[in-house]
Amino acid sequence: MENLSEKHLKVSAIKNGTVLDHIPAEQLFRVLDILKLRDCKNQITIGFNLDSKQYGKKGIIKIAEKFFEDDELNYIALIAPKATVNIIKDFVVVEKKLLSIPESVIGAIKCANPVCVTNHEKIQTSFRTTVKDGEVLLKCHFCEKSTSNKEIQIVTNNR
Amino acid sequence: MPKSLISIHDFSKEEILHILEIAAEFEKNKSQNILAGKVIACIFFEPSTRTRLSFETASNRLGARVIGFSDTGNTSITKGESLKDTIKMVSNYVDLIVMRHPLEGASRYASEIASVPVVNAGDGANQHPSQTLLDLYSIKQTQGKLNDLKINMVGDLKYGRTVHSLLQAMSHFSPNFVFTSPDELMLPSEYKEWLDGKGIPYTETRQLSDHLNDSDIIYMTRVQQERFTDLMEYEKVKNFYRLEKSMLDNVKPNMKILHPLPRLNEISTDVDDTKYAYFYKQAENGMYVRMAIIAYLLGYK
Repeated sequence: MENLSEKHLKVSAIKNGTVLDHIPAEQLFRVLDILKLRDCKNQITIGFNLDSKQYGKKGIIKIAEKFFEDDELNYIALIAPKATVNIIKDFVVVEKKLLSIPESVIGAIKCANPVCVTNHEKIQTSFRTTVKDGEVLLKCHFCEKSTSNKEIQIVTNNR
Repeated sequence: MPKSLISIHDFSKEEILHILEIAAEFEKNKSQNILAGKVIACIFFEPSTRTRLSFETASNRLGARVIGFSDTGNTSITKGESLKDTIKMVSNYVDLIVMRHPLEGASRYASEIASVPVVNAGDGANQHPSQTLLDLYSIKQTQGKLNDLKINMVGDLKYGRTVHSLLQAMSHFSPNFVFTSPDELMLPSEYKEWLDGKGIPYTETRQLSDHLNDSDIIYMTRVQQERFTDLMEYEKVKNFYRLEKSMLDNVKPNMKILHPLPRLNEISTDVDDTKYAYFYKQAENGMYVRMAIIAYLLGYK
């Protein structure tokens, strides 16, 4: 078990909750959106543009007292597939979750087709995913058009 | 949720063949009062001539009554009523809804909130399954079969939804495709990959003359101005092909020319009186096929 309460931590440790690490810095705010954390009332500490061997600059998000469903966490795989998820109990990492591309994505992202009905009426979006040449394609249940994970836009309340 | 017809994928091969069989029955006996007492809504949020009139005629010939609107100008939609509320209300009035809408996916959405079957009569550039079924019906009628035919699709293969749906539906019947289009309007790669995956052979060409003489069906399409955002682009390609009588001297005797209509200049009027022209009959077939779709979805055939 790894102890996170070491003194060189740049973002303070949490007692219980979820830590999302190794997020490419430019995806940090999209990860916040895809997990709908703008509306979250829990204590959240965010590290942005931290030095990272892997990315140069990375982001880290620590959400106290919150534990996500695997389906929700897997949405992160669409925009930050190498992110890591640690579950913290009593300052200790008790579980590391592996992200996998979800089979379906409900409500979290916008359809890229401007004439899709979901962009004009209040309708929860719905996609099926397929992986082709390392790229994730999301096929809209309604307009049947595919959106690449490279161009996805996340549904936010202030869109 | 009652069975709807939104996309051609909603029908299995067996269901497609079943619809074609019932349509043939309706062609022999054009008025059958099997839906007396039923009410069908034809709600068209976007203009149409053939599709709306043929659905309405089909409903009438089955003995049903028709309500609806053909543009949104004098409906509550202009007051900002949502699609959801419109569909919820209409589906409480009627036994089946036929709808056309400019937004893609609108019909799928409607079918999920309506309490009655929904027939998609076109949702933007996405799907128009009754057109696909009438195309299949016309192909079968002219060739006596659906299997092992060479189908040459000509014109706007990029935006033409009839082309995309027809090639998917034909994939059940081991076809051989020719795609004739200008470079700007070639078939999108997703469809070619889909055909590759199914092992269906196809060739692509820019020249209309290349495969006139070895095709069983020439499926002409209009370059649809309404799908272009760049009008310069449209001007470049709108008159790219023109099929004329003089080009038909060496075609196969069984060859027939189909076109979903409306046509502009892509088929010269001198073709109309040749034995190869089939597009007027094809439009007529739309009525029988739509009778079949309605009767099937309401459980009468």
